[in-house]
Amino acid sequence: MPADETRTELKEVVGPSALGGGWARFFDLLILIAVNDFKKTYFGTVLGYLWSLLRPLALFAVLLFVFTQIFRIGSEVEFYPVLLLFNIVMISLFQEATSASVASVVNQESVVRKTHFPRLVIPLATVVTTLFNFGTNMVAVVVFMIFYGVAITWTWLLFPFVVLALFVITLAVAMLLSSLYVRYRDVGIIWSVAVTALFYATPVLYPLEIVPSQYVDFVLINPLTPIFEQARHWVIDPSAPGALAAAGGWLGLLPAALIYVSICVLAVWVFGREAPRIAEEL
Amino acid sequence: MQPARTSENQTVAEAARDIEAGPVVVEVRDVCKTFRIPEHRVDSLKERMVHPFRSNPHRELEALSGISFDVHEGEFFGIVGLNGSGKSTLLKILSSIYQADSGRIRTAGRIAPFIELGVGFNPEMTAHENVVLNAVMLGLSRQEARARVQSVIEFAGLEEFAELKLKNYSSGMMVRLAFSVMVEVEADIMLIDEVLAVGDAAFQQKCGDVFHEKREAGKTIILVTHDMGSIEKYCHRAMMIHDGQVSLIGTPKEVSEWYMRANFRKEDERPGFHAGSSEEGDDAFVAEAWIEDEASTRIENVEQGTAFRIGLVIEAIREIQTPIISFVVTDEAGVHIFGFEESLSGAPDYPGGLKPGQAVQVLADVQNLLRPGRYYLHCRVHRNQEMTDIGMQVMRTLDFVVFGTAMTLGAVSLVESIEVSRPEGTA
Repeated sequence: MPADETRTELKEVVGPSALGGGWARFFDLLILIAVNDFKKTYFGTVLGYLWSLLRPLALFAVLLFVFTQIFRIGSEVEFYPVLLLFNIVMISLFQEATSASVASVVNQESVVRKTHFPRLVIPLATVVTTLFNFGTNMVAVVVFMIFYGVAITWTWLLFPFVVLALFVITLAVAMLLSSLYVRYRDVGIIWSVAVTALFYATPVLYPLEIVPSQYVDFVLINPLTPIFEQARHWVIDPSAPGALAAAGGWLGLLPAALIYVSICVLAVWVFGREAPRIAEEL
Repeated sequence: MQPARTSENQTVAEAARDIEAGPVVVEVRDVCKTFRIPEHRVDSLKERMVHPFRSNPHRELEALSGISFDVHEGEFFGIVGLNGSGKSTLLKILSSIYQADSGRIRTAGRIAPFIELGVGFNPEMTAHENVVLNAVMLGLSRQEARARVQSVIEFAGLEEFAELKLKNYSSGMMVRLAFSVMVEVEADIMLIDEVLAVGDAAFQQKCGDVFHEKREAGKTIILVTHDMGSIEKYCHRAMMIHDGQVSLIGTPKEVSEWYMRANFRKEDERPGFHAGSSEEGDDAFVAEAWIEDEASTRIENVEQGTAFRIGLVIEAIREIQTPIISFVVTDEAGVHIFGFEESLSGAPDYPGGLKPGQAVQVLADVQNLLRPGRYYLHCRVHRNQEMTDIGMQVMRTLDFVVFGTAMTLGAVSLVESIEVSRPEGTA
C-alpha cells in the first residue's frame, strides 16, 4: 500500500528545541495558549477589560497631574496628555510582556518536563497575550485622541510597523529573560529594577526635544527611543520630528539600531542554545 | 493446562514473528545520555560574577550508554528495568523532552508520549478547552482536536460537565477526562509510562482494556513498566535495561524471568530498603524506609497478625508546594493490597510545602491482616491535590516478609471470628 510506505519512512527525531514539532503545531499551540490566557484575564474577573485598562489609566492620571501641575513640562508640549497616555500604553506592552515572561518557562515546568513542547511558544504566548491587551487598550487611546482633537492622518496606517518593531524587541528580551531565569533566578529581581529604569530612559514622560542636549545621546542609544519618536510623528503630531530627524540623521540612529539587532541575535542564540536543555535544568 | 499454554505461546510467537517481518517504525541506535548533576548549584549571578571561570562542581551520571533497538509496526514493545536504570530517561528522549548526547533515533509517523495524565491541564479553563489544548499538546492539529472533543467527553462520561471549569472537577473526573484524551488521540506510535497504570483497580482494568484494544487494532505501543504482569499480558517483545545498557531483548517471558532474577539478586544483597533508587528528574527522594514493631524497634520481617508501623523519610530536591505523599503495598504478584495517602498542606511544620533539602517523616500504623508472603512498598509524591502531577515515584522502595503458618484464603484475613452452630429448628 502506498499509504503505508509513506508512513513507514523513517525520519530523524531531533529532540526538544525552540520550535520543535513543526510550524503547524507551533502555531496551534501558540494560538490556543495565548487566546486562553487572554480569555482568563478578560472573563476570569468581574470587571475583565476594565481592569486591564485601569492600570495604564491610573498611571496616566497620576503622571499627568505631576507633569502638568507640578513640573509643568507638559504644558510646553503639544498634545501632552494624549502623548502621555499613548506612550504609557506603548511602554506597558514592553514592561508587562517582559516582566510576565521572566518566570513563564519555569511556571510551565510540568509541560516542559512531560511533553514534547516547542519551547519558544511559552515566552511568545506571553508576549502575544499582552499584545491582545495592547490592542484593546489602543482602542480606548484612539477614542481619547479623537476627543482631544488629534487629526486623523494617513500615517496612522504606518502604525503597525511601529508595533512590529516594539513587538520584536519585546519578544527578544522575553526570550532572553525566560531562558536565563531557568538557570539564574536573580534575573527576575534585576529585571524588575531594569524595567523601571528603562521607563525613565525612554521618551515616555517627555519628548526627546526637551531633553538637555548633553543627555540626548544617552537617551538615543536606547533602542526603544526611535520607536517612540516615530510613533509620535506618525500618530499624534506630524510636526514633531520622527526618529530620523530626532536622532540627527542615520549616524545618530546607528547605536540604537545596532543594540536592537544585537539583542535580537543574542536572544535567538541564547534561546536556541538553552531550549533543548530546559527540561533538564528545571 | 500445559499444552494450552504452549499453543498460546506459539500463536504469540507467530504473531511476534509476523510483526518482526514488518517495517521498522522506531529505530534507536547507540543513544547515550549523561546528566551533569551540580553538587553545589550556582543559582545566582553574583556567584557567577565572583567566580566567572570556575566551572560548577558536578558529578556526571551516565543514564544511558549506547542503547540500540528496533520496534516494528504494530508491535507492543515493553521496556523494563529497575529504578534508576535509565528507562524513564529513554522514554523522555524518545518523546523529545530530553536531547540525546549522541546516537540516532528515527521514527515513522507521529509519536504521542503519555508520561503523565492531563499534562498542562488548566484549572481555570473548561473541560472542553482543556481537552483541545491537551490533544494539541499530544500532537493533533487544532481542527482534529476540536473534532474529537465530543467523543473524548463522551468516553469519559462527562457530557453534563463539558462546560464546567476544571477546578470544579473531582480528581476522579479529572483522571477520567485525561485518560479519555489519551484513548482518543490517534497516534501512530504511543509511548506510555507505567505511571498511567497506577490507580484503583477499576482504573487499572480500564487501562488494561485500552491496551488490549490498541494492541488488537495494530497500534505500535512502547510501554515502560515495572509490572511483569502487563509485560507478559500485552507485549510481543520486551527489553530490559540495566545501568543504562540493554541487558536483554527477547520474548516477554524471557525478559520477565531475567528481570525477576536481577531484581531478586539485588534484593538478596540488600534486604529491606533500597536507597537512592529514584529516577533522575524526580523532585524528591526516599532517604529512608523501614518497618518497626509497636515498641519502635526496627524489624525486617513481621509475624503474621502482629501490628507494625511503616516509616519513611522523604527529602525534597525541588520545591513542592502542595505535596501529597502516597504509598501502596503490593504482594509479589503486583496486586495492590492496601495504600494510604497523606497531604502535607496545612501541616504546621510545612507552611508553603516542602522546600529543597527539607525532609518529612511519615509513620503509618498498620493493622496486620496480611497473609504470609513477601510485600513491596511503593511510594509516590504528588505535586497537586488532584494527584495528577507526580513529582516522585519509587517502586519497591522497601520490601518485607510477613511470616507465619496460619492458613489464609485470600490476600488478607478480614474475618474476625467464625462461629459454627446448628441452624435453629433443624435436627
